[in-house]
Parts: sequence; C-alpha cells; structure tokens
Amino acid sequence: MSAVGKLSAALGLAFAAMGAPMVANAQVSDGVIKIGVLSDMSSLYADIGGPGSVAAARMAVEDYGAAKKGLKVEIVSADHQNKPDVGSAIARQWYDVDKVDVIVDVPTSSVALAVNQVTRDKGKAFLVSGAASSDLTGKACSPNTVHWTYDTWMLANGTGSAIVKSGGNTWFFITADYAFGHALERDTEQVVLKNGGKVLGKVRHPLNAQDFSSFLLQAQSSKAKIIGLANAGGDTINSIKQAAEFGIVERGQNLAGMLVFISDVHGLGLTTAQGLIFTESFYWDLNDQTRAFAKRFAPQNNNKYPTMVQAGVYSAVLHYLKAVEAAKTDDGTKVVAKMKELPTDDPLFGKGTIRADGRKLHPAYLVEVKKPVESKGPYDYYKVRGQIPADQAFRPEKEGGCSLVK
Amino acid sequence: MPEIFGIPSAALFGQLLIGLINGSFYALLSLGLAVIFGLLNIINFTHGAQYMLGAFCAYFLLNRLGVGYWWALLAVPLLVGAFGVLIERTMLKPLYKLDHLYGLLLTFGLALVIQGLFRNQFGSSGLPYPIAKELTGGRNLGFMFLPNYRAWVILASLVVCVATWFVIERTKLGSYLRAATENPALVQAFGINVPRMITLTYGFGVALAALAGVMAAPIYQVSPQMGADLIIVVFAVVVIGGMGSIMGSIVTGFGLGIIEGLTKVFYPEASNTVIFIIMAIVLLIKPAGLFGTQR
Repeated sequence: MSAVGKLSAALGLAFAAMGAPMVANAQVSDGVIKIGVLSDMSSLYADIGGPGSVAAARMAVEDYGAAKKGLKVEIVSADHQNKPDVGSAIARQWYDVDKVDVIVDVPTSSVALAVNQVTRDKGKAFLVSGAASSDLTGKACSPNTVHWTYDTWMLANGTGSAIVKSGGNTWFFITADYAFGHALERDTEQVVLKNGGKVLGKVRHPLNAQDFSSFLLQAQSSKAKIIGLANAGGDTINSIKQAAEFGIVERGQNLAGMLVFISDVHGLGLTTAQGLIFTESFYWDLNDQTRAFAKRFAPQNNNKYPTMVQAGVYSAVLHYLKAVEAAKTDDGTKVVAKMKELPTDDPLFGKGTIRADGRKLHPAYLVEVKKPVESKGPYDYYKVRGQIPADQAFRPEKEGGCSLVK
Repeated sequence: MPEIFGIPSAALFGQLLIGLINGSFYALLSLGLAVIFGLLNIINFTHGAQYMLGAFCAYFLLNRLGVGYWWALLAVPLLVGAFGVLIERTMLKPLYKLDHLYGLLLTFGLALVIQGLFRNQFGSSGLPYPIAKELTGGRNLGFMFLPNYRAWVILASLVVCVATWFVIERTKLGSYLRAATENPALVQAFGINVPRMITLTYGFGVALAALAGVMAAPIYQVSPQMGADLIIVVFAVVVIGGMGSIMGSIVTGFGLGIIEGLTKVFYPEASNTVIFIIMAIVLLIKPAGLFGTQR
C-alpha cells in the first residue's frame, strides 16, 4: 500500500587515514563496497529485521574498521513490503544501476527466494538472515548465497523434537500461506512423524491476517495436544494473544510457536507469553560479548534489543568484509566462495563454518519465556533450557538436495 | 455429530459467531465512513489511522495515567473526535468545493503520516492491552467457548450502530443533517449553523472509529499497522453496502463478517480475497451498492 519507501541511509565511512595502506581498493569494482539492506521496513516483520538490521550492518562496518583499512563501504536500504515482485525489482535496480555488491537480511521467504535467483543471475552476493525457508540451502541453493542465522529445519528440529519428546505427540498446524509457512510446516511435520507423533490437521491463513479466532477454533475442535504455529511476527503475536483469550491452554491444549522472536515476546508481554518454548540461535544475554553488543545496539534502535535476525546481519556483514579483504575482490561469486573457505569468528555467534550448500553452522538454543516475576530488567525474557551443538542444529548437508553438494 | 457440507454443525455455529464478531468491527468502522461520506462527501481514508489512534489512546490512558478500559471507552472517542474536528477545520474545509479525489488524497496522505510517525516511535510488533477485569473469562455455549469480551463487542457494536441509525434517520437532528447535505444554502437560511453541524458530524464519524479502536485493543495488538490492514476491507464493505448508506453499512458489515468467517472454514486461503470478489460482483450487478441509490 505504501509507496516504495527507499530509506536511503547512505553511510560514508570514506576516509582512508593518512599513511594507511590502500589495500583492497584496487580490486574493488568502482572503489566502493555497497551493502544493500533489503527488509520489511513497515509491516509485520519490521521489528524483526527492518531498521534494526540497517543499524546492525552499520555497526559491523564500524567494527570491522573499514575506514582504517582503506576500504570504502556504503550502506543503502529499502522496503520490500513482503512482496516478491517488489523485492526482486529493487534487487535488479540495486545490482544493475546502483552498483550494490551484496544484499543482506531479506525476511519473508518468498521474497528471499526471488532475490536468491536474481543474485545468482547477476553473480553478486546474498547474505540471508531474516528469511527462514530451508529451501535456500536445499533445492534452491546457490553459489552466491549464504544462509546465516536460522532456518525452518533448525526450528522444527529444536522445538518440534523437544515438544514431542515431552509428550506432545498430536499436532494441528496453523500455517502462514506462503513459502515460509509451507517450509516450516513441512519440516516440523517430518520431525513430529519421525519421533512417533501424529498430525491431525492443518489450516492455512493469509499472510498478515488480523483475526485468528476462526483458525484457533478449528484447531480446538481437532483435539490435538499441540497447536503448532507455523507463522511469524505479527501473525504469531495475534495467534498467541487470541489463543489466550479463547482459553486454549486452560482447556488442555498447548501452543508451539515454531518461530518466535524476542520482539514478539516484547510485544505480547510476559503475562501472555510466559512458558512458551522455542528455538533461537542468538539471545542477547548469553555471554559478556552478546551483552556488550546489545548495550551498544539498543540506543541505535529505539531502545529495542537485537533479535537473532539483526544479530545475524551484524555477523554476516562482518564475515563478508573479511572475505572481501582476503579474496581481494568484491566479485560476488568469489567472495561467497571465500566466505565458505574461511572459518567464521565473531562476538555474537562464536566460531563457526559455512558449508558448501551455503548453510552457516553455529549452535542453537532451546529457550523458555520467563514468568513476569522472574524477569529482572529490560528484555530479560528467556531461560536457556538447552544448547543444540552446531553439528546437530541444522539439516545434514546430504539431505537437503542441494546441487552444490557432491 | 451432525454435519453440514462435511463440517460438524457445532463447529459451523462457532464460525458463524466469530464471523459476527469480526462483522461488528466492520460495521462500526464502515458506519463512521458512511456517515462522513453521506453527509460531507469526503472519502475519509484517515479512518484506519483514527481507529489506530483510538487503540493507542486507550493504551496511553492505561499505562501513563492509570485510566482503565471503561473510562477509555468514553474519553478516547472524545479525544480522537476532537482531533478529527481539528483536521476538519484546518484541512478538509477548503476541499468541499473540489472533487472527491482531493479529499481522498489528503486523508490518505494524512493516514500515511500518522502511521509512519507511530511506527517510528513504537515499532511494528505492537503493544499489549489487557482485557478489562469484568470481561475476562468466557462461557461454554456447548458448540464453542465464547470469551465474554467478544460477546460484549457484538452487543456494544449493535447498540452503537442502531443508535446511530436511529439518530440520523428518525430524529429531528438527523433530518437537519440530511437536509444540509441536500441543500446547505436552504438549511442555512432557516437559521441552522451548517458548517458547525458538518464539523461535528466529522468529529462524530472519527469518534466512532476511535471507539472501534478501543474495543479492538484487547483483542488485537495495539500496533501502528492495525488500521491500515483493516481499512481496505472496510472500504469494500462501504462500497458493497452503498456509499453513504447508514443501514447498508451496518447490514453489510455484519453480513460480510459472517461470509468471511465461513470462508475461513471452507477455503481459508481465500479469506483475504472473498470480500473483494463480492465487491466486484456487486459493482457489476448493482453499481450503487446493495443499499445505495443512484445520485
């Protein structure tokens, strides 16, 4: 509905200090590394990525010390409005006209899959943080794409198996009707069946639906023990809120938010959200480094703490810049190859690697939302119930059906 | 269990009731739009933003001043209505002589500005607003669990809708209003202050939107986008009912809520589009809308 809002947050970190060696400039096309943050800036996913992702990218450029190394890095951003056609049009314009070298974030899997293809055709680089579909490293995998933060397989495996093992063996899915919801439902269903559970039914709702009572009622009459929410952002918030209103949990069914972000918990309030169990790959209160990052980040993002998507943007951009320096070029295909070759190491996700199919590997955390009395300060929302090691958190490389895996 | 078209009848009754609840929001919002269009000839695209303002106002009253839901029901429509009056006096007034399109563009722009400002400040996830103590819980109707708050929404909205219809169609004040839209000069000649009446009418329409916002706050998130998502549907409701028809907007509001509810059972993927399909059909067969009269 809104006009294409191209929030051009151009950042000139341009000055090479006197005497600093002009290392990479000679190999970087047109002398500038241009990072395009493409996200939902105005709708239901804007708090998950959005302006916070732009802030995270900016922090990564600062922390990398681009200016000191003589690298000129610019950041631009735009709103894809969760529409694949808008997203791919912006991507084309950025690559062809505005000389953007890499696109980051892109929540909404349908948009990410479109940008994935455009990036591959143009030989540029694509760092996915916001989108979830595991197809990005499966049948749609690309030599130009790195899928950083999380994916539907990770969520399904982490949350789904924990719930089935604790007795939640019959499921009903409330699914967002587009690529992401379908992938999340599919991956979760596999986990449920593998662990001996059953799926009793499913209903698909349009993206950004307001009223979920009708779907919740269908879930209720299915008598499933677990109502799996295969949606995200505002849709998840409204589902959980209205489930509370209809007394779903009091009447013996439990909700499984398959994808919940800290911004959703903040929006719901602990009274409604308490007790929810889900999987995240980042939480600001994990260690000293993540806490330090959150303290720096919040003032730049309207005092909102980072989501895992925003944290992912930070560390993906950091690793990308390291790879540009090492590869001595900003050619997309070469840089992504270099990113896969170099081990990753950053303050937020720790040490990790990137597989041939583009999947970034790091641990995932099973978290539970605290009760209001347990929360000591702003955004003190999670109890970490368990850590899933990096080699188990993501889908085994061979099972994805990616053509890059030999 | 008896079944209707393969759906257990109990489940179907539940869905009908839920449709009715959503319909009460459609009715309340489209009523405000119909009043404003019928009497001012302004297509008020700010309506969604004013609905959102209503919800935010209730949130602030509760969290900053400790004013609860019941007082908010009274105070918020007055506050937001006053804001509406300000908009009418300063911006809409010069547009009456011009084409509809100018009013539409101005109010649309205003809505974008207001929503943008709120989004900047509060983000997109929204804020929680609790259900008033007296209305928590619910009752088991046998075929479904009906939260008390939802029952209240249907009731309150029906009362407001019928009262509004009565005032405009059946009282002296209403007849002045209707006369003023037909021929303002003549009504003015009888000694009635027409510009003031029009201003207050706009304020009233806006207050209706704000009231709907307060009622929606405990159900949906209080979020900057809440109005933008709804306004398009509500416009379709107004078009189907007949632009400016009070009764039309009430009946279509509730009716479309029910149809949408049924779509969510039989073919949920289409629940976002079904209203627009109906709109297209109605426009083809009866361009003035179901209750509208060709002018």
